[in-house]
Amino acid sequence: MSLQRMHILIPIDEESIQNGALEVKRRLNKELFKHRVEEEVKVLETGPIGISGKGVVLIIYPDKVYYYNVKPKDVKYIVEEHILKGKVCTKIENSKEIEKKKNVVDYENIGLTRKQPRVVLDKCCIVNTFDLEEVIARGGYAALEKILEENISPEAVIEEIKKSGLRGRGGAGFPTGLKWEFTRKASGDEKFVICNADEGEPGTYKDRLILEGDPHKLIEAMIIAGYAVGAEKGYIYVRGEYELSIKRLNKAIKDAKDVGLLGDNILETGLNFDIEVKKGAGAYVCGEETALIESLEGKRGQPRIKPPYPVTHGLWQKPTVVNNVETLANVPAIILRGADWYRSLGTEKSPGTKVFTVLGDVEYPGLIEVEMGTPLREIINAYGGGVRNGKKFKAALVGGAAGVFLSEKLLDVKMDFENLKEHTAVLGSGAILVMNEDASIVEMLFSILKFFAHESCGQCSPCRIGTRHLLELIYKIKTGEGELEDLDKMLHIAETMRNLSLCPLGQSVIMPVASAINNFKEDFIKKINNKNNMKEVSYA
Amino acid sequence: MPDKVKLYIDGKEVEVPAGTTILDAAKKVGATVPTLCYHPDLKPTGACGVCVVEIEGSPIPKRSCCTPVAEGMKVRTNSVKLRQMRKTVIEMILSNHDVECPSCVANGKCELQDLANNMGVDVDALYKILDYKPLDETSVAIIRDPNKCIACGRCIIVCSEIQTVHAITFADRGFEVNVNTFFKEGLGNSVCVNCGQCTVFCPTGALKERSEIDYVWEALLDPEKIVVVQEAPALRVTLGEEFGMEPGTVTVGKMYAALKRLGFDYVFDTNFSADLTIMEEGTELVNRIKEGGPIPLITSCSPGWIKFMETYFPDFAKYTSTCKSPQQMFGTLAKTYFAKEYNLDPSKIVSVSIMPCTAKKFEARRPEMRDSGYQDVDYVLTTREFVRMIKEAGIDFKNLPEEKADDLMGAYTGAATIFGATGGVMEAAVRSAYFLLTGENLKNLDIEAVRGMKGIKEAELEIAGMNLKVAVAHGLGNARKLLTKVRKQIEETGKSEYAFIEIMACPGGCVGGGGQPYGSDLARRARRGEGLYKEDKDLPMRCSHENPAVKRVYEKFLGAPGSDIAHRLLHTCYFERDIEKGTCVKELTHKH
Repeated sequence: MSLQRMHILIPIDEESIQNGALEVKRRLNKELFKHRVEEEVKVLETGPIGISGKGVVLIIYPDKVYYYNVKPKDVKYIVEEHILKGKVCTKIENSKEIEKKKNVVDYENIGLTRKQPRVVLDKCCIVNTFDLEEVIARGGYAALEKILEENISPEAVIEEIKKSGLRGRGGAGFPTGLKWEFTRKASGDEKFVICNADEGEPGTYKDRLILEGDPHKLIEAMIIAGYAVGAEKGYIYVRGEYELSIKRLNKAIKDAKDVGLLGDNILETGLNFDIEVKKGAGAYVCGEETALIESLEGKRGQPRIKPPYPVTHGLWQKPTVVNNVETLANVPAIILRGADWYRSLGTEKSPGTKVFTVLGDVEYPGLIEVEMGTPLREIINAYGGGVRNGKKFKAALVGGAAGVFLSEKLLDVKMDFENLKEHTAVLGSGAILVMNEDASIVEMLFSILKFFAHESCGQCSPCRIGTRHLLELIYKIKTGEGELEDLDKMLHIAETMRNLSLCPLGQSVIMPVASAINNFKEDFIKKINNKNNMKEVSYA
Repeated sequence: MPDKVKLYIDGKEVEVPAGTTILDAAKKVGATVPTLCYHPDLKPTGACGVCVVEIEGSPIPKRSCCTPVAEGMKVRTNSVKLRQMRKTVIEMILSNHDVECPSCVANGKCELQDLANNMGVDVDALYKILDYKPLDETSVAIIRDPNKCIACGRCIIVCSEIQTVHAITFADRGFEVNVNTFFKEGLGNSVCVNCGQCTVFCPTGALKERSEIDYVWEALLDPEKIVVVQEAPALRVTLGEEFGMEPGTVTVGKMYAALKRLGFDYVFDTNFSADLTIMEEGTELVNRIKEGGPIPLITSCSPGWIKFMETYFPDFAKYTSTCKSPQQMFGTLAKTYFAKEYNLDPSKIVSVSIMPCTAKKFEARRPEMRDSGYQDVDYVLTTREFVRMIKEAGIDFKNLPEEKADDLMGAYTGAATIFGATGGVMEAAVRSAYFLLTGENLKNLDIEAVRGMKGIKEAELEIAGMNLKVAVAHGLGNARKLLTKVRKQIEETGKSEYAFIEIMACPGGCVGGGGQPYGSDLARRARRGEGLYKEDKDLPMRCSHENPAVKRVYEKFLGAPGSDIAHRLLHTCYFERDIEKGTCVKELTHKH
């Protein structure tokens, strides 16, 4: 192995591929060969960095320089100037539009790339995570090794997870250790571990980042979960659109199997665990664990009646633990560094970190991982770079479509399960959609309700019919036909849905409806009175 | 887990077995929780949300139909909030329902109508959000009106879990959800066997039979036509329900009287041809046993079962009796034997049958059912349609003086009457087979082992030194279970342990048929069956071979059971059917 003086990291994900990342990578290699520096400068394909809307990104080590919006035609210039001469390119030639902008920033000091306490995303965009050797060198599978080496019993693993206070990151925040314990104690000849990677919450792609950036971490966590609950088979139910994730997961599974980290007799310890990747077909409701299980069984994806819960009657009516990708991604670190260390992060009741997707009218849209309890204002200003173009902040939709609209008054809320609950808000998927003063809450709510009407599975009447009524009512208001009493009607229907719907989809429609109407009543009244022609910004 | 659970419902302490639902526990303390999609015979779907109750400590109310009780649970079945929410959800459902009650077949029996009325809802509380969709009129037997469907899922559960036909399922999603068939081709182009259980379980009028009332009225009012009518055995114990009588009340005399007042020229009885069926089928059984024919012999009276067999069990065609069903035997004879005896032009005869069944509509239209030279049975009415005709004619059914059927094809025995209950055909056949083999009647004619509502019943009978094992299945799910076992036996050992099997498509047999009055659960079906057994017990003749009208038809027309002419007129053949569309693929058995 040759020694390299320089590494060029090029994050390849669905978004950067669309922006020509593969062509940039090809040209990079070509240029390096042309200049005969291919031995000393290495191009590494990594997982996504978590930055959105910045095109193709290059990170150059050891200089810690970060280029964005790199076009294939810029490659020659970057190689000649930076790689060969060591000069940071302050502008990228031939791209007139952005000529004036600095397309290079000091990595680690600004916006989303500012230093974060990364637990879940620790390996994302640092190493070539598709190279198993590099992953292992960076601590991959060390937790599994620790369990097997030190003969930690499954009960002790569950105890450690319970002690860590890890809670489900899918939205409900159920204690993960308890879930595992229930599954372990449930009687059944066969048990299953399912990883819920059907990330369907609008404006959320935290799981995709993990799947694309660190698939081995997920595999390791699932083996540990399987060991803890007594399952020998795991399924990863991936959103169908995540083609790259599926490709990388399958490669990671194959690589792990090839070296005996997965499959029968793992590391010759007698432990068996196998993982299969299943593709979802695009229904939002399949993110609900029982609907996911139905879909996995080949049936129509609609939620089951609970109880019984999956921990006793899951896949094929056998005890099953269903965990979100992010939840599982926390497991190896907890095992490796201990519950006490984990509890040092975050808050008392919501320990650890949380991955947030910051989107909308912010300077640096993308993903960050911060400690639980970080104030919303800090997330938006320090990491998101504040509201874009110097506009004023109006609202943040926190938690995804089934989230709540927070007004400026609530900007200092701490982002964890308890604090948000106090303000009848939810952490949900961790999506934060920032809207500036130009945004119309009515339009936004219309988009959300359209989404729910489209995604309701139709199994239960309150949700099937309620979502449609809400859509009709908001459409009426949006088109200036609304009346004041329509707001009460909407609240009443949403409240009935909260109480009578079978699954969290229908139950949570009240969140955006009530928060929009209560926190931004002015917007609705203006629309109803039709006095103000607001500039409408739609995010649909 | 403890066997018994103690909980409090509306402050009243109640102890119930673990696993009981809150709904059932509430009934025990006399608390009535309103329900809509719930049906006692079906697995709950939890669709409507009307049956919610408040549980102390639970942030949101829970559905009582599918929430099991827990120790110490404190339940409230009524509160201002619950009342308000139940109302709202019914108003939502109504806003998506074609509220045309006066012209709806379910009017007065509609569970949504009842509930809405009881709860005092406002029909116009919400905007109407119904996108009118076309009716599914592809089937000869069943019509589906998506505009009245409330997506409760009962029809789907009964079709897939009770009947295991799997003709319908939910298609699309959200507001667009609809009950549909494979590739939305319509019931008539599907695997649907026309059993009509979906119509019986539908809480609204979204599923109904294809009505033939208008054609029958036209024939009745046409002086040129001679209208002949037959009524199935099960009718006589269910008609009364629609006129305020108890289920199981025998109303045979009133039934004849009502038919005569409606203007039918000749009122006969399917019971006559049921006795005839026993003679043919009994002879077939005896012959198969004696000559080593395909055993087990399986009954063929239930057209839903026949299509099910042709679709899912074509390998059982050779075991299935070649006898036509009583309806079709009657139909053929009406246009041959009856026409000849009365010297009538068969082309002028309109043969109407009144059946507890929707599949009979399909059966009458099978292309092979034309042995008289005409379509043997012209029109098939369900019990429900017959009731509508009685009501249209303004007949006071309850107080109608009893009358008798016409002679030629009207006399019947107790054996024919019990055809309407599960196990009845078996019992009737055994009575006559015993006679055919031994020359004398059974000492005890009641074969209790094959009666009752158990899904699959078995009995061992000793006849003339032979040990006959028989089995009875009702409901196609039970039939599937039984036949799968038989298929395995035949594959493994070359023969089945059973000599004779009775299969009825509908749970409970014809008393629970798809054309019977709405709102029947298993308990009601059992009561109807008891009515039939009571009539059987009270009749002077209880064995088919004693029926004088049957004896006469053999004497005058058919010769003997199993004769060539009997085979030509009273027996049929079967086809293998496509599992996607239900269409015939090839002929499985040939007619003699």
